[in-house]
Amino acid sequence: MDRTWNNKAWFLVLPVLLLVAFSAIIPLMTVVNYSVQDTFGNNVFFWVGVEWFEELLHSPRFWQALLRNLIFSAIILAIQIPLGVFIALNMPRRGWGVSVCLVLMALPLLIPWNVVGTIWQVFGRVDIGLLGYTLARLGINYNYVQDPLAAWVTVIVMDIWHWTSLVVLLCYAGLVSIPDAYFQAAKIDGASRWSVFRYIQLPKMNRVLLIAVLLRFMDSFMIYTEPFVVTGGGPGNETTFLSIDLVKMAIGQFDVGPAAAMSLVYFLIVLLVCWVFYTVMTNYGEESGR
Amino acid sequence: MMARIELQQLQHSYLARPKSAADYALKEVNHTFDDGGAYALLGPSGCGKTTLLSIISGLVTPSEGKILFNGEDVTERSTEQRNIAQVFQFPVIYDTMTVAQNLAFPLRNRRLPEDEINRRVAEILEMIGLTDRADRRARRLTADQKQKISLGRGLVRSDVNAILFDEPLTVIDPHMKWQLRSQLKQLHRRFGYTMVYVTHDQTEALTFADTVVVMYEGQIVQIGTPSQLFEKPRHTFVGYFIGSPGMNVLPVELDGRTARLGGSAVELPGSIEVGQGSTIELGIRPEYLRLGREGLPTRITKIEDIGRRKIVHAELEGHEVAVIVPEHEEIPADPRLSFDQRGINLYADSWRLELEP
Repeated sequence: MDRTWNNKAWFLVLPVLLLVAFSAIIPLMTVVNYSVQDTFGNNVFFWVGVEWFEELLHSPRFWQALLRNLIFSAIILAIQIPLGVFIALNMPRRGWGVSVCLVLMALPLLIPWNVVGTIWQVFGRVDIGLLGYTLARLGINYNYVQDPLAAWVTVIVMDIWHWTSLVVLLCYAGLVSIPDAYFQAAKIDGASRWSVFRYIQLPKMNRVLLIAVLLRFMDSFMIYTEPFVVTGGGPGNETTFLSIDLVKMAIGQFDVGPAAAMSLVYFLIVLLVCWVFYTVMTNYGEESGR
Repeated sequence: MMARIELQQLQHSYLARPKSAADYALKEVNHTFDDGGAYALLGPSGCGKTTLLSIISGLVTPSEGKILFNGEDVTERSTEQRNIAQVFQFPVIYDTMTVAQNLAFPLRNRRLPEDEINRRVAEILEMIGLTDRADRRARRLTADQKQKISLGRGLVRSDVNAILFDEPLTVIDPHMKWQLRSQLKQLHRRFGYTMVYVTHDQTEALTFADTVVVMYEGQIVQIGTPSQLFEKPRHTFVGYFIGSPGMNVLPVELDGRTARLGGSAVELPGSIEVGQGSTIELGIRPEYLRLGREGLPTRITKIEDIGRRKIVHAELEGHEVAVIVPEHEEIPADPRLSFDQRGINLYADSWRLELEP
């Protein structure tokens, strides 16, 4: 193949290269740097090799946080995806109701994450919170500060409240793109409500659903702000997810080396999951391509 | 098996409280589609033809009037209960299913026994010529094959009352259109389905249907065979819409057996009394005008050669007229225009007058 080599083109990519270098590559390299060294302060570092990684992979604390995080992601996916689909299916397709629904749905997404945390922190308090107080008066033993189950329920319900809208909006976008003729044809074919969902709506939605699952998994797997504000990882370590644990280690205990090693492992897990999703999505895209 | 479909005083408005006639998408329609007939609903966009089709299929409930299938009132019945089949403008197929599963879908929904379903599906696959693709994913097929699947899903039910087509060839390649249309026609001849075909394409309508229903501004303006539409357009719109180019319509004044157009006079095949105040027009198709050495003085403005014949645009008393001239005929240097008596139609306020000889 004949190609014209034009080295001037490098100047054009240079700004992006610099941007990526300073925003991603250099910070990442400093983390790599920390992960293979130890320090006793005074900015004196010495080489420890893969010791931190070994320690991390043998530490029950890391595995527990990872397990908690996976359980958390699994639960919220299992609830948010079907719930989101269900809500999207029941939203109006035309008329004034459309904009009302869309605005209502977008509202939780517009609230800053720590504010969401604060809202639920107050909402759930037994002494002054509407939810906590009501539950307490009803005789239900609810106290997210002491009871692990209550803490989990609070964090999960909060996440559902905050993020189901995203799933709804994505699904809704997929649903409204289906031409009316499909529903009319289904009526003529005598299809049941379930068949319409199964054979028309779901196939048209499954690409946005994949994206929804990816986004919700990533977000929930990296969740930090909201549970940190509400439970601070407690009671005990019951709601200490990976990122909370990481921050505790890096900033709370100032164990820079182990924290750096954990960051890298964390990053690799996220990267791996991303890659799996990407592969599934592109394969699916090719298969359904016409 | 098929049905006679009667429309009685049908009117429809998409507005909740229609005020004037203009609010109606469909104005007073009375018509009967005979059992086993092939009909075309022809008209420009927005003339109400799709509304009429949706009323027949039950997707739209008319504001007023009744629909009868074989004498039975079905106005309030759902689409499913009416047992009609409809092919839409864009092919509707169930993406995740194979061709055979697509065809079986309406039968499965009606809980037919599996061996009956298989038998019917095989039969329809044969009929629409997709037997060798039965197990392919439906979404992999071409547009015309998908459209055949849509049709097949209608045909597969043995109790279908009528098959409705809503501009089904819109997304089909031109060379496939011809083929698909003749296959439809064959199906009609072999199985005698009642078919109603909506289109804005006169060629499609005229080649497909035995009876063409021409619609204009929410009304049926003429129902007839292709030749009736051509020879005796009931409304100037029909004259203009059908034919290529359409009918020449000239404002005239009546004077017994003569029509006066400015300083020129055209002899009519008959006479008629028309009350004062109505607009009288003379309609004549380009095929019935002759350019020669006799007749009215005219001036040629443009000649289009379309291969087998020429379309001559000329000016007559300040009005533009189109004349069709056979390819080999010479056009004289100082041409004159004559009217063939057989092709003259007179219109009062756009509606055709019946002349007395």
